[in-house]
Amino acid sequence: MYSLNQRFDNMEIPEDEHMTAGHVACAGCGASLSMRLALKGLGKPTALVVPACCWGIIPGAWPQTAMEVPFFNTAFMTTGAVISGLKAAYRRRGMDDVCVVGWAGDGGTYDIGIQALSGAAERNEDVIYVCYDNEAYMNTGVQRSGGTPLGAWTSTTPAKAPKSEPKKDMDEIMIAHRIPYIATATAAYPHDLIAKFKKARSMRGMRYIHILSACPPGWKTPENMSIEIMRLAVLSNIFPLYEVENSEVFRQTVIPDEVEPVNNYLRSQGRFKHLTQEDIQVYQREVTTRFERLKERFDRIAV
Amino acid sequence: MRKVLTGNQAVAYGAMLSGVEVVAAYPITPQTTIIETLADMQAEGLGDFDYIRVESEHSAMAACIGASMGGVRTFTATSGQGLFLMHEMLHYASGARTPVVLANVNRAPAAPWNIWSDQTDSLSQRETGWIQLYCEGNQEVLDTTIMAFKIAEKLKLPAMVILDAFFLSHTSEPIEIPDKEAVKDFLPTYDPKDIWLDPDNPHTFGAIAMSDPYMELRWQIQRDMEIAKSVIAEVHEDFAHHFGRMYHQVEGYLAEDAEVLVICTGTAASTARVAVEALRAEGERAGLVKIKTFRPFPGEEIIGALKGKKKVAVIDRNFSPGAQGIWAQELRSVLCELSDQERPMVYGYIAGIGGCDISVKTIKEIYYKTLESHRPDDIDMWVGVRHV
Ligand SMILES: Cc1ncc(C[n+]2csc(CCOP(=O)(O)OP(=O)(O)O)c2C)c(N)n1
Ligand code: SF4
Ligand SMILES: [Mg+2]
Repeated sequence: MYSLNQRFDNMEIPEDEHMTAGHVACAGCGASLSMRLALKGLGKPTALVVPACCWGIIPGAWPQTAMEVPFFNTAFMTTGAVISGLKAAYRRRGMDDVCVVGWAGDGGTYDIGIQALSGAAERNEDVIYVCYDNEAYMNTGVQRSGGTPLGAWTSTTPAKAPKSEPKKDMDEIMIAHRIPYIATATAAYPHDLIAKFKKARSMRGMRYIHILSACPPGWKTPENMSIEIMRLAVLSNIFPLYEVENSEVFRQTVIPDEVEPVNNYLRSQGRFKHLTQEDIQVYQREVTTRFERLKERFDRIAV
Repeated sequence: MRKVLTGNQAVAYGAMLSGVEVVAAYPITPQTTIIETLADMQAEGLGDFDYIRVESEHSAMAACIGASMGGVRTFTATSGQGLFLMHEMLHYASGARTPVVLANVNRAPAAPWNIWSDQTDSLSQRETGWIQLYCEGNQEVLDTTIMAFKIAEKLKLPAMVILDAFFLSHTSEPIEIPDKEAVKDFLPTYDPKDIWLDPDNPHTFGAIAMSDPYMELRWQIQRDMEIAKSVIAEVHEDFAHHFGRMYHQVEGYLAEDAEVLVICTGTAASTARVAVEALRAEGERAGLVKIKTFRPFPGEEIIGALKGKKKVAVIDRNFSPGAQGIWAQELRSVLCELSDQERPMVYGYIAGIGGCDISVKTIKEIYYKTLESHRPDDIDMWVGVRHV
């Protein structure tokens, strides 16, 4: 179905766990699995900063926590700023080896947190910023965000008037910041995801990782389909897996052998149920155009 | 060392001498020269701290909270609109028990734009859980900045040092700059104890707390605000012991035998000293009470100073639309405890809004109005409105 870029072949997934069972994510939550894998790639010492979002709840209510790394819950729009301050503090204490990671949802990244993120990126703060993207405000009950795709149902874009704008291209916004490292990832390709976190950890300066995270209640999908749906997003070029260094070197890391039509992806989810064949054609054109634009840059460095 | 400094430079010296480790800041008039002075201090090697030039005040406070959670001493400065933008994070800082110190240069709220002195910005943050310390002169500004770190860190509550726009921020005075080593002796390096993001001892902070633990945590903030009253007094004493300058949460001037007391805060207190002297020269039994702390509100000291007086005139350079001056409201609420015989009548005046001058003449006018009136509701509480 797809080929992995050389570098990830034969990679072992570390057995170490830095979060425990017993957290409170829904069954089939892509976000909780992504964190588990990301922490395997990051290892210790790592400190997490998480704004208001599902991940603020997933570790559990006080006094319990599923996290075995320091974890700070912060206000919705502040992730980029809090990680900047925390990293500075570790530096002052001679603990520059602590990897500071901001972990925010699409709402906390595309919308309310974009200013603090952009500030941190412009300052090239020595931190990793992760956007786990479930394409809506899930924690508050599936409202539309700037990361919600074209045509999707959400509780503020009902099926009769679904989202009429395409998903904001946050990756391009980050590419325009010319930071050391940008990557996309998804838990459907765990080797790829872990390798990207390992690589990010080995680098300095601002690193941004965008993770597509299936959300059964928000996407109206069966709980046992999350991995398959995230894989379909990659295979249909809706969510291409790639990495970018210094906004110059673009590398696709998982290359579908045969590109799937978007139809299969869209038809797998209740949130797109109302789409007509024409809608799906429009969708296909959007996806193809965006991918072609990206591909030009993959091609350039392939030579 | 003696030097001529503006209030804003005094703040910067205070933060630098306190050994602040992370500064995160964003410009706004009339605060900007604080963070410019700090930038120069850092560039010239006078201060050794990390300086995060954030993209907003909301982020300035967020970055300070992040740094404080990393276990280091943090500082920022702002004014008016910047403080309003921080509001969400002001609550967050006290809830997270991060002892951030912030200097706020009082600036009137927009619209319309106005950059001049008015306390409505800081006073409208009264429920955010910040200790609030108001200053009368530039020496007090520098000294209070240093003391604020000690108070905040002892209590694990954030503290705000407040100075009037232009009257202090941009006015120069000769002041005594303490020796850095002496300050270090008074204020050792910040020790966050076990409340920080220690990778060797990982904890989750700020996770959702159900109603019972949440209520207990809020109760702890109130408990510590009560303790703050004695902590502030101790720090004042300790400071006097180290540097020979004593401050008080409530301070009387010619107040003992006074019949009518003027209550002032900030630079208005300085002007009131002169006004009260002038009134005394006219044979009046006028006195002044200056209040330095707004949170925690020093109720007992105020009662001690005002009990048995006939009338007090509170001068508020701020107001709460639909109600009245904020210091007057607070004062009335503590004076309720007194019996009818002991309780003075409280006259609340609004003056100096948006940077209008509170002159010796204004204060004398307020004094005579109070003296001659029978009841507080007989008088117009707004002084100096020109109806242009
Ligand atoms: C300033 C502010 N506005 C609104 C909220 C309410 N709120 C909490 S989480 C959330 C949605 C989060 O969405 P996203 O970032 O996509 O994360 P998700 O829950 O989808 O994982 C909202 C709107 C808030 N906590 N703070
Ligand atoms: S609502 Fe979605 S993102 Fe949130 S915990 Fe459930 S599955 Fe995960
Ligand atoms: Mg989301």
